[in-house]
Parts: sequence; structure tokens; C-alpha cells
Amino acid sequence: MVTINGEKCNAAGKTVAEYLSATEYDPKRIAIERNGKIVPKAQYESTVLEEGDSVEVVSFVGGG
Amino acid sequence: MIPMKDEWYAALEARHGKDRQKQFYHGTVAVCGLGGLGSNIAVSLARAGVGKLYLFDFDVVDLTNLHRQQYKAGQIGMNKTEALAENIREISPYTELEIHTLRIDEENAPELLQNADIVCEAFDDANAKAMLTNLVLEKMPDKYLVAASGMAGYGSANEIKTRKITDKFYLCGDGVSDIENGVGLVAPRVMLCAAHQAHTVLRILAGMYEI
Repeated sequence: MVTINGEKCNAAGKTVAEYLSATEYDPKRIAIERNGKIVPKAQYESTVLEEGDSVEVVSFVGGG
Repeated sequence: MIPMKDEWYAALEARHGKDRQKQFYHGTVAVCGLGGLGSNIAVSLARAGVGKLYLFDFDVVDLTNLHRQQYKAGQIGMNKTEALAENIREISPYTELEIHTLRIDEENAPELLQNADIVCEAFDDANAKAMLTNLVLEKMPDKYLVAASGMAGYGSANEIKTRKITDKFYLCGDGVSDIENGVGLVAPRVMLCAAHQAHTVLRILAGMYEI
């Protein structure tokens, strides 16, 4: 299991890009933290989520 | 009569303590975007005696800004950078300011932000927020980033929070209240979010890294 934004998900073995493609997130408006580190945008395709990972997808909304 | 610099800092030391004031004075902070968030962040940090502020915005002061941003009616049409510098010089004359009237992008950011210890993301556009966040965290790993997301509308003030996402990345706001949903921006709620960001900056400068 991978914990994503506090929810347990069956995403182990998927890349970050694969996980995102099945969600509503707009890739232009997010930053992703995995186990305390930012996942560089260029590594979404190559970063494979592992059992026990803790991930947060920070999704920005407009206004300031 | 404007007090002399030593009187000014003596007054700040009396409020904050000498050592803490020194930490603020040695702080260099970049404020990216000078709207409802950035103009309020910059004024708070200047008042607190942060030594140097880098102020970035490409826009001019508009009538529709005045309900929540730190500008005055007579400044409509001025560059926000110049208008805010003028206001901060009246509020806190010894704060060192460096202004840049331009749009921060992936090309120019590394050079423009190189001398700042802490970067405040204070844009209004969600894509720009994400761009700056990823850029700073990926390419400038020594810097702290204090970003904001979700402060529109009339939701409870208590929903505005500061969260620590990584050891260098703090995120303020309620995370969800999007201006695109047609809820406007209301001064106190935007200022609350700006205050969370400014306070987080002061805590980082003071070596208090937890939230």
C-alpha cells in the first residue's frame, strides 16, 4: 500500500505519471512530495511508487 | 521627524530581543508577486525589521486591487514594485529593498532568487504557483520556500493553516478555496494567509523550523 494524501492506495509498482493519469489532477498545478522529498517533474515518468511510500500531491488553486 | 537608524533598531530590539532582531536583520527574503499575499507579506516583514527584501511583480496597481492589497488610490497605474517600495519606505525606512518589475519564469528565477535565503510564493495564478514551487525545490535546494494555496471566499478564518510539506517547503492556506470557483478574494482572509506566510518566514529566520 502507498499512502497518498493520507489515504491508502493500491499504487505500489506504478510510476508517478501512471498514478496521476488515473486522477483528476492537472499536472501543471501540482508539486509532489514522496517520503519527505520533492519528486522533480522530469522524474514523474521514471519514479516508481513503492510499498510503504508516503506521498502528498500538493494541488495549487488560484488566488493571491 | 524620522528616527535615526540606531533608534529604529533599538525599538525593534526592545520588542523582539536583541539576538532575535539580529536574526531578522540578517534575513534576505524574496517576495514573488505583490498582490494580496505579497504586498501584505512584504509590509509585515519590513515592520518586523527583516534586513533585505527582494520584491518581484510585472503588474501595475489597479482599482480592483485596493480592497486587499497594500496600495493607495493615488498609486493606481504605478508599477506595484515601485508603489510598494514607496509605501515600505514610509513604513520602515531602513529596510533594504531591491525591486524587479518583470515576470518571474523558469529562465530568470535562478539568477533573480540566488541571494535570497527564503522565497515567498505569492502569485495568484495556480500554474505560476506550481511552476515556482517546483523550480525552487528542485533547483535551489538550499532555500526555504513558503507558498500559499487556497484563501478565496468567506470560509472560516480558522481553515487557513500552515503545513510543512518537506524540510524546506511550507504551505499556507486552506488548500481548496479557488478563485476560479467564482468566490472573490476578501481582504481579511487573504491577509490571514499572508500573515501565515510572513510569520513562517520570521520563525525560519529565528531557527524555529517546526510548525
